[in-house]
Amino acid sequence: MKVSSDDRSHDRIDLADLVDIADHEPVRRHTAGRAVSGAAILVLAAFAVAVLVTNPRFDWPTVGRYLFDVGVLKGIVVTLELTLYAMVVGILFGIVLALLRGSGNPLSRWAAAVYIWFFRGTPLLVQVLFWGFAASLFPRIGPGIPGGPFLFSWDTNTLIPIFAAAVLGLGLNEAAYVAEIVRGGLLSVPLGQSEAADALGLGRLRTLRFVVLPQAMRTIIPPIGNQFISMLKMTSVVLVIGVADLLDSVTEIYSRNYRQIPLLIVASIWYLVMTTLLTLAQARLEKRLGRSLRSRGTR
Amino acid sequence: MTAIATRPVVQAHDVHKSFGAVEVLKGIDLTVQRGEVVCLLGASGSGKSTFLRCINHLETVDRGFILVDGQLVGSDLVRGHLREARPSVVAERKSRIGMVFQQFNLFGHMTVLQNVILAPMRVKKESRAHAVERGIALLERVGLGGKKDSYPGHLSGGQQQRVAIARALAMEPTLMLFDEPTSALDPELVGEVLDVMRDLAASGMTMVVVTHEMGFARQVASTAIFLSEGRIIEQGPPEQVIDAPSHERTRSFLAKVL
Repeated sequence: MKVSSDDRSHDRIDLADLVDIADHEPVRRHTAGRAVSGAAILVLAAFAVAVLVTNPRFDWPTVGRYLFDVGVLKGIVVTLELTLYAMVVGILFGIVLALLRGSGNPLSRWAAAVYIWFFRGTPLLVQVLFWGFAASLFPRIGPGIPGGPFLFSWDTNTLIPIFAAAVLGLGLNEAAYVAEIVRGGLLSVPLGQSEAADALGLGRLRTLRFVVLPQAMRTIIPPIGNQFISMLKMTSVVLVIGVADLLDSVTEIYSRNYRQIPLLIVASIWYLVMTTLLTLAQARLEKRLGRSLRSRGTR
Repeated sequence: MTAIATRPVVQAHDVHKSFGAVEVLKGIDLTVQRGEVVCLLGASGSGKSTFLRCINHLETVDRGFILVDGQLVGSDLVRGHLREARPSVVAERKSRIGMVFQQFNLFGHMTVLQNVILAPMRVKKESRAHAVERGIALLERVGLGGKKDSYPGHLSGGQQQRVAIARALAMEPTLMLFDEPTSALDPELVGEVLDVMRDLAASGMTMVVVTHEMGFARQVASTAIFLSEGRIIEQGPPEQVIDAPSHERTRSFLAKVL
């Protein structure tokens, strides 16, 4: 340690000198570093604003004109629908996967692990493309023997319209992540809880339903909220298979008027609005969960 | 006595149990008659808790048998062969054996009353009204009628353990197992739990209790059993086992805890 005239670490204080001090909060130390970094941030922020205002190519009038365009608003609805349905598929299938992973049957555990390995190990974009081109892999779908004839069958593109393909692509990918979250939640419930339920004769399913899952929810819900927010943004990849979501709606517009930047800004504004609303909702949910955690937690 | 009353509640024969390479139980034989209170004593690691957990099939035995009320909990005897019982049958049999844990294990997301009525409603399919009526009566019996809407986290350890006893009694068990029920409690809370157990013993409940409370064992037990290294080395009335032990290991253990 550097010893300077300012170093008082060896001075002893007389308690009597302290008792009459009126303000008990010590005066905060101000360092030069704080002032420098603060100034730097202000300068950078001013630059950013200046660039946004002075560069005409941002084309704010166009942003304003298309912000509430009917096509854009329709795209927002599709994006919200995709997010919701994909999360429902992901959560339901994710719970099944988590239970398989915790199962006593080694084959079930292995199957779930392989699923998670595959869907977490390949890019979402590739998976969505696969679903979009499912018809070229399996032109018809129906019960039958692989390589053999069908009992009866449907045309793949009729059975799985492109919107459903997008929901499946996003949802089945999401399930792999949800499975890990749910598994962590199940593991967070102390073993004594399921032992007590078992000793009461509840059996496996009722133990899970009435004792373990409700308590696992506290651990599961906050990260699921995060997944919702990232799903909202991830839905934009369905553009590649031609689903008319928010991003697709703006690309459709700029393919006609060539004003890519302002239209991408329109999309970004809406994504930000939606993620902000979801973040606020999540914060409220976590606050409520935290409250019940404090009032109900066992010692 | 009637014919049913003469059938022992617990019959254990040559019970062996290993965890990996460690043999925890090395051949336990034990009979518990209806209305008896058996206290299992012994140093930690002697196998007493493991044996208790084997009785209600929380652990499976490697060799030997345990009959509870004339039935194997986890399996059936079919034409001279043992066959694993259906999970629903195992659950039903477990529901007739009450278990009280060292760490209480109350369900933290439920109120005290919800803890007590869960199994009667979901396993015995009692109506809510009936389960609630019996649940409140049981909570009053353990002196906690006023706490029915509290969450376990708001109760003291002694109160939580009394709720756990009421929860087990709600299934009207033929046998109650206690796994060190007072070991996790602050000293001043031990008495209230032992009082409830004493009342339960006086009411004629068959009980197997793993405990370090020698006073309780001496006063309430009909049989005291001393385990050491996975074997029963001493067994008899508590005044004999606790006050006049014949085995050297019993003596040295008692010298440490009394």
